[in-house]
Amino acid sequence: MCCAMTDSNAPAVKAEDLHKRFVTAEGEVHAVDSVSFEMRAGDFVALHGPSGCGKSTLLLMTGGLLSPDEGLVEIAGEDPYKLNAEGRAAFRGAHVGFVFQQFHLIPYLNVLDNVLIGELADQAKVSLVDRAHNLLDKFNIGHRLNHVPSKLSIGEQQRVALARALLREPELVLADEPTGNLDPENSEIILQHLADFADDGGAVIMVTHDDRARAAAKTSMHLEDGRMVAPDKGKQEVEGATT
Amino acid sequence: MKLSRLVMREIFHRKMNFFLALVGVALAVSCVLATMAAMRSYDLNSDKIIAKMEADTQAEMKKLEDDIRKTMKGLGFNIYIFPKDQDMSEVYDQGFASKTMPEEYATTLANSKIVTVNHLLPSLTQKLEWPEKKRTVILIGVRGEVPLAHRDPKSPLIDPIKKGELVLGYELHRSLEIKEGDEVIFKGKKFRVGEAHAERGTKDDITMWMNLTECQELLGKKGQINAIQALECNCATLDRLGEIRAELMEILPDTQITETGSTALARAEARTQAKATADKQIAAAKADRVRLSEEREKFAGVLLPIVLLFAMVWIAMLALMNVRERVTEIGVLRAIGVGSKIVLAAFLSRAVLAGLLGAIAGVAGFAIIYPVVKERLFHSIAMNEVVGGSEWIVPLVAAPLLAAVSAWLPSLMAAQRDPADVLRHD
Repeated sequence: MCCAMTDSNAPAVKAEDLHKRFVTAEGEVHAVDSVSFEMRAGDFVALHGPSGCGKSTLLLMTGGLLSPDEGLVEIAGEDPYKLNAEGRAAFRGAHVGFVFQQFHLIPYLNVLDNVLIGELADQAKVSLVDRAHNLLDKFNIGHRLNHVPSKLSIGEQQRVALARALLREPELVLADEPTGNLDPENSEIILQHLADFADDGGAVIMVTHDDRARAAAKTSMHLEDGRMVAPDKGKQEVEGATT
Repeated sequence: MKLSRLVMREIFHRKMNFFLALVGVALAVSCVLATMAAMRSYDLNSDKIIAKMEADTQAEMKKLEDDIRKTMKGLGFNIYIFPKDQDMSEVYDQGFASKTMPEEYATTLANSKIVTVNHLLPSLTQKLEWPEKKRTVILIGVRGEVPLAHRDPKSPLIDPIKKGELVLGYELHRSLEIKEGDEVIFKGKKFRVGEAHAERGTKDDITMWMNLTECQELLGKKGQINAIQALECNCATLDRLGEIRAELMEILPDTQITETGSTALARAEARTQAKATADKQIAAAKADRVRLSEEREKFAGVLLPIVLLFAMVWIAMLALMNVRERVTEIGVLRAIGVGSKIVLAAFLSRAVLAGLLGAIAGVAGFAIIYPVVKERLFHSIAMNEVVGGSEWIVPLVAAPLLAAVSAWLPSLMAAQRDPADVLRHD
């Protein structure tokens, strides 16, 4: 299912000694402090920790959206932060899929267009309509192609968001609390689809507070005050995860 | 998924924002066209008014000149040709010449190509006693005007006097109680009074006119005259007398010429005055037109930039609102890899479309409203006279460009928005 990788032997994601600091009115905040980890294709990692511990910051840095103050990020063997902003955007479009807690579907586009919006980022201009149909059918919303997001249920909206994230067959999906707004039934569906993606050779990092979501992931990482702490008991440790 | 689809869907979704931008452009375009049309129609209308004024003035001048010519003609002859050896002090003293010259001089003059004078009237004048009435009279023998050979005949200033008839001045016929049609004896010869003049208050009132031939016979001066009276033509310039003399002397070297100054001067001055008055009126109207036109141009020079600026600020504000409403959308688009150029293009193309449709609406609105208000606001000038063919195109090109310029900054803000900044605070 997943796309061809830039370097088939390279880890899907490699983070080395990442640091991120923010200056706030209260002073400097070390949001991510010396975090390292490595993920391979097929990994499904739950990233958890208390609110404000740096999970989302780490996720954005991992996805090529937020450059670290220190450290290295490699996705499919390539450091996106060596690219300029436009190159990094194109890189994200090709290698990373994002799923957000609030879904962030475009309100005036119907389901199909919301999924196909990724075509705008595709410089090759390859039609992805068939793939979009396949994904929507797979996620059981193929019958609602022409509906705008406001006409969909919460669960359907998140499935559309997931289909959008997977449209361009990324190596990595970053999901920020994807089940945060969902009922147990829809949460289960989304988690299953993420697991399927990982099983098909993709890598997933999912920020979550939800125990069921953590349980669905194959491995987990726990952050506290921006630092990686010991992985959950009973869960496989992420390769190379250190503090 | 094409960018155009995204843009169109967004426009339909945020209709009001787009509609307000479109209306802003439409109003600005209509305002620009209306201002331009108002100025053009004013200029065209004042051109027409001035052209009509000039035509009317020209016609009036022609009529006035004709009236003046007639009036001046009524003032009588103003050029006198006397024998060369005539002592002019005697003429000024007595009112006529004592010396004579051949009557053929008048014919010679008439057959020449003379242009500076017309209405040639040979005459023989003498003051003498009317023995039968014991009265001193001024006798003038006239034969009627000699027509100029090279010109169309003109109606004479003085009608010829038939043989056997007399014309009497007012004082003569009044004091002697003679009426028109009466028969009188003058120097032993019977005459019928053909005409009795009304009072003129001049020497004419004691003057008797008779046929030149009979006068010459009575005075024993057959074939002789002592003056040729003439009327200077309208073509004479400032040095009228000099030109007339130069021309006449070549034809009749044995003569001298004098002019009745006041009459000639009045004639020239009246004509010059009438022309000057008309020219002044036209010049004043033209100056007024230029002044008003300049005032309107100044007003338009202030109004149009304000309108354009207002429209541009309006579009920029609406674009900024649109960007602010779509911050998350922009963040997501950038996060999933959509380039900043595409985001920029999405916002700019929206503005360009608003500019184009607004310009079309503005042009159409102007074209629809113009016929309704042209009588009241545009001096009934036809629309194609105030807005030329290419000028319809200009707003359709300029408005989208200006809209793009107006929306440039907000669009750039959108394109350069850091997706991490948006999503991190989400």
